[in-house]
Amino acid sequence: MMAALRTPRGIATALILLVLAALPLLTQAFDQRYLLSIGTRIIIWSIAAVSLNMILGYGGMVSFGHAMFFGIGGYAVGILSAHGVSSGWIQWPVALLAATAWAALIGLLSLRTRGLYFIMITLAFAQLVYYVGSGLEAYGGDDGLNISRSRFPGLIDLRDKASFYWLCFALLCASLWFCSRYANSRFGLVIRGAKSNELRMTALGFPVFRYRLAAFTIAGALGGLSGILLANEGAYISPAMMSWMKSGDLIVIIVLGGMGTLFGPLYGTIAFFVLEEALPPVLNLVHKGWGEYWMIVFGPLLVLIALYARGGIDSLLGRRHD
Amino acid sequence: MLKVRDLDAFYGPSQALFGMELAIEAGQVVTLMGRNGMGKTTTVHTIMGLMPARRGTVEFEGARVDGLPAFRIARLGLGLVPEGRQIFPNLSVRENLVAASANRTARPNPWTIARVFEFFPRLAERQRNMGNQLSGGEQQMLAIGRALMTNPKLLILDEATEGLAPLIRQEIWSCLARLKSEGQAILVIDKNVSALIPLADRHHIVEKGRVVWAGSSQALAGDKDLQHRYLGV
Repeated sequence: MMAALRTPRGIATALILLVLAALPLLTQAFDQRYLLSIGTRIIIWSIAAVSLNMILGYGGMVSFGHAMFFGIGGYAVGILSAHGVSSGWIQWPVALLAATAWAALIGLLSLRTRGLYFIMITLAFAQLVYYVGSGLEAYGGDDGLNISRSRFPGLIDLRDKASFYWLCFALLCASLWFCSRYANSRFGLVIRGAKSNELRMTALGFPVFRYRLAAFTIAGALGGLSGILLANEGAYISPAMMSWMKSGDLIVIIVLGGMGTLFGPLYGTIAFFVLEEALPPVLNLVHKGWGEYWMIVFGPLLVLIALYARGGIDSLLGRRHD
Repeated sequence: MLKVRDLDAFYGPSQALFGMELAIEAGQVVTLMGRNGMGKTTTVHTIMGLMPARRGTVEFEGARVDGLPAFRIARLGLGLVPEGRQIFPNLSVRENLVAASANRTARPNPWTIARVFEFFPRLAERQRNMGNQLSGGEQQMLAIGRALMTNPKLLILDEATEGLAPLIRQEIWSCLARLKSEGQAILVIDKNVSALIPLADRHHIVEKGRVVWAGSSQALAGDKDLQHRYLGV
């Protein structure tokens, strides 16, 4: 632990976590409330990215539909809220259960395919969920629905931005801890080994399909948690939160941060949001009106990362020894 | 222990095994020899359930295993050291071993990481290296160690010494001799007749998907014509 703090990676990670832990205090001191809401979204997206990394990064299962779990978690909360069930003690377990069950079901079907077929079938399921969401006229259809935040009476008030932020941050820390246990457990070793050689893992006596299904289900549950948080962050649900572009963004984040590394999803999310927020004003400074075209800079940057920094941001922090 | 009877197997439309026969008793070391493309690896893959048998049976400890999923066959106590070693490159040496560790057959004095490191001290030195950072010999030791971690009743080695330097080969052969002295049953596929004759109890020579000769080390050693005809030595 102490030794890890002496490497560039350890120092950078510790600094990031410190700044994130203190963010509500910092934004209050500098009177930048707007930054706290970006910070909250970064944390929530990081949890989603950690969950996708568990299957994509460690397991080579390239799911191109992970944002559907934003939708499942978010809509479960939103629909219950619309019917007057506002207690988080009911909403959250129901949402988690829904995400878990859905992940198990589509995992059962999609994990029978490999490679491009797996990408396409996960995308297809995500589109299915998306169109069901936009077809739910009672819950706002395409326009989405304003909801009230989950209530945990006597415990925490999610309307308080700082409290909500710290809850998300605590859940992110828990997700990272869980992911590190997962990656280094025997279960995780089977998932990681099967990524490079599925047949070999089978010949060693492991039913790879079942292991992958379990991992996919766990990742879906954690993705559902990020959906619950995302719905509460904006007090709003809409099909847009689970569009295929959001699934693409999650993949971009993981590639950017470093696939199959513990903190890669966190680095990637921060880089993604910072670039998204900072590039437009910077470009506007160069020439008024250029800010709108920030993707022109962002796209080639991703290409450069893919070409020259295969391990993403994580690899720029030095060689790994673990 | 293992009985293969009248086994046929196909790659698409082309037949690779024509009534393969093979038997191994507990504690024995048995070989499959023959030139490239004669069906040795196919035989192993069919035994392990990695490819289907079209006809014939595979029995392990008295029970049919042909048709079972590959992971179930492995769990019964068959450990394969595959051709080309096939180490998990993205796992460290230690992780490669931990991932495989199991004692499903409840063997007394089971293989553990400590025992594997004692058996292959080189692996202990390299335990934090990733699988793709090892030399060929080290990879082979790791592949054998990984198979041993499953505590197999029968260890199968497919071309374990191929492409290794003579000294490293010698080391692998002496490892196998030690395993045999501990009572480990082993099926060896190799071309190195001179090393196999002192090691093995029984030999099978494979030609075009069937066994054309089977016999003891003594009989094989005495028949230079046989060696020349089928093994090209």
